[in-house]
Amino acid sequence: MSRLSASIGVTLGALHLDLDLEVDEAVVAVVGPNGAGKTTLVRAVAGLVPLDRGRIVIDGTVVDEPSTHVRVPPEHRGVGVVFQEPRLFANLTALENVAFGLRATGTPRGDARAKAASWLDRVDLAGVGARRPKELSGGQAQRVALARALATEPDVLLLDEPLAAVDASARAELRRVLRAELRRYPGARLVVTHDPVEAAALADRLVVLEEGRITQQGPLVEVTARPRSPWVATMLGLNLLHGVADRANVRLDNGAMVATADAVSGPTFVAIRPNAVVLHRKSPEGSARNVWPGEAGELYLAGDRARVSITGPVPLIAEVTAAAVAELRLADGGAVWASVKATDIDTYPS
Amino acid sequence: MVVLPLAGLLQRAPWSSLATDLRAHEALAALRLSLETSLGALALSVVFGVPLAWVLARRRFPGRSLVRALVTLPMVLPPVVGGIALLYAFGRRGFAGRILYDLTGWRLVFNTTGAIVAEAFVAMPFLIVTAEAAFRSMDRSAEEAAATLGARPAYRFRRVTLPAVAPALAAGAALTWARALGEFGATITFAGNTAGKTQTAPLLVYLDIESGHDATALALSLVLLGVSLAVLVGLRDRWVGNP
Repeated sequence: MSRLSASIGVTLGALHLDLDLEVDEAVVAVVGPNGAGKTTLVRAVAGLVPLDRGRIVIDGTVVDEPSTHVRVPPEHRGVGVVFQEPRLFANLTALENVAFGLRATGTPRGDARAKAASWLDRVDLAGVGARRPKELSGGQAQRVALARALATEPDVLLLDEPLAAVDASARAELRRVLRAELRRYPGARLVVTHDPVEAAALADRLVVLEEGRITQQGPLVEVTARPRSPWVATMLGLNLLHGVADRANVRLDNGAMVATADAVSGPTFVAIRPNAVVLHRKSPEGSARNVWPGEAGELYLAGDRARVSITGPVPLIAEVTAAAVAELRLADGGAVWASVKATDIDTYPS
Repeated sequence: MVVLPLAGLLQRAPWSSLATDLRAHEALAALRLSLETSLGALALSVVFGVPLAWVLARRRFPGRSLVRALVTLPMVLPPVVGGIALLYAFGRRGFAGRILYDLTGWRLVFNTTGAIVAEAFVAMPFLIVTAEAAFRSMDRSAEEAAATLGARPAYRFRRVTLPAVAPALAAGAALTWARALGEFGATITFAGNTAGKTQTAPLLVYLDIESGHDATALALSLVLLGVSLAVLVGLRDRWVGNP
């Protein structure tokens, strides 16, 4: 039996959210671009948005099912939520914020405060219990929000873009705390984020949500190594092409040919790591069977590496050294040749 | 337009005899009654007005716009018309007044309770309008967070909603109280002008002017002016302090 089993159908303005989701032992991350319906998914599970179709079951109990008029309000669902913004209660101290859920459900004041203090301690905030939310940094406020949600010991823990509203400087620390607490937490755990890298840091299983539908799901390693959606590939910095394979050759949808080392056939994804792409100013001679002409476009420098976007019959992102950028005068743009070894090309059926 | 009448009032004020004028038995009784009735009207407004404001701000129902218009009507209605309307409803022969009398033996009209009702009728919209705006414009995200933490609606309202709107409610209450304190038309029409029972300070001012006791009238006017000014200055500081 799944801890959380959701078949969610919600129509909200232009968004049509329709998906089936199971959460068991693994931490699940739902990734997708803005507007894909991630926040609506969280709100539907929490009971803040009613389902139009489908059914949500938590630990065997139906909490939402329009066809049978079952709709358990949020306060009785046992679903803890960490929102994108901390949403702390401004008139309460950090400690009182964490104790809020316990007090609301009848825990005596002394017990609630003691428990809240130990939760604050667990998220490394033992010293700030007496502070008001406006005296906390963004990262601290979000950790208080996490402690507040955990303190009620919900059956399901939902994190909605928990790192998005936090400064880059505080993000690493918050990510570490989130990761540790997600590992310890015994209930069903679901993280929603627009950043696959963040998802990879927090979850064991990825669900890719685009335009209200799941486009790919599976174990973290599988989804990140073999993305099936251009959006995920782009976010992971991977080149993703699509075509039809005939043994060791793939004819891309635009007609260009890619030579691979695998013998596959049928509709195929072609994934190329940017650092496997080699750039030349003159047509190269050598063993690489994949040589495509193109135009050097935008250039992003990161440390001693640079990413160049190449437009042409096979559009690619190439990662080259800063030295190569200078040697090939890539900042000037212009015609280039891109080559990739067949053994550096990963293919998998679409 | 605003300054000249105030200047006139201040210039004619009997500063030297102010204390004696106010200590006159009638003036003191009127002030005390004004304080009691205006606080009573404020209490009535809070009890009925705040829940009504919450419903208007948060619940969708057919005829909401009409209810909202009716609720704010006393703000623009001549108070004396309000007083007459109250008479027809709660007077001896008014439909509601008769039912109330048959059930409880209580009469609202021409007594202190009547003065409270008349003041509340005129002043309550000030509280409803401010409270409704506060309930409507407040950030709902904290209420949602409270719900996911297991807080039921009543608990959420007490611990999250009320603290969030408290400053606005206090401002609305101050305005309401000040308006009730100055109420004249509805009170004299519905409750009458009986010394010690329904003769509030504004009513006594009118009576004194009519009967030539200008000194007492002026002294009371100054007190009312001072209170109104103090309330407004206090509210302005709050608004400027919390933009």
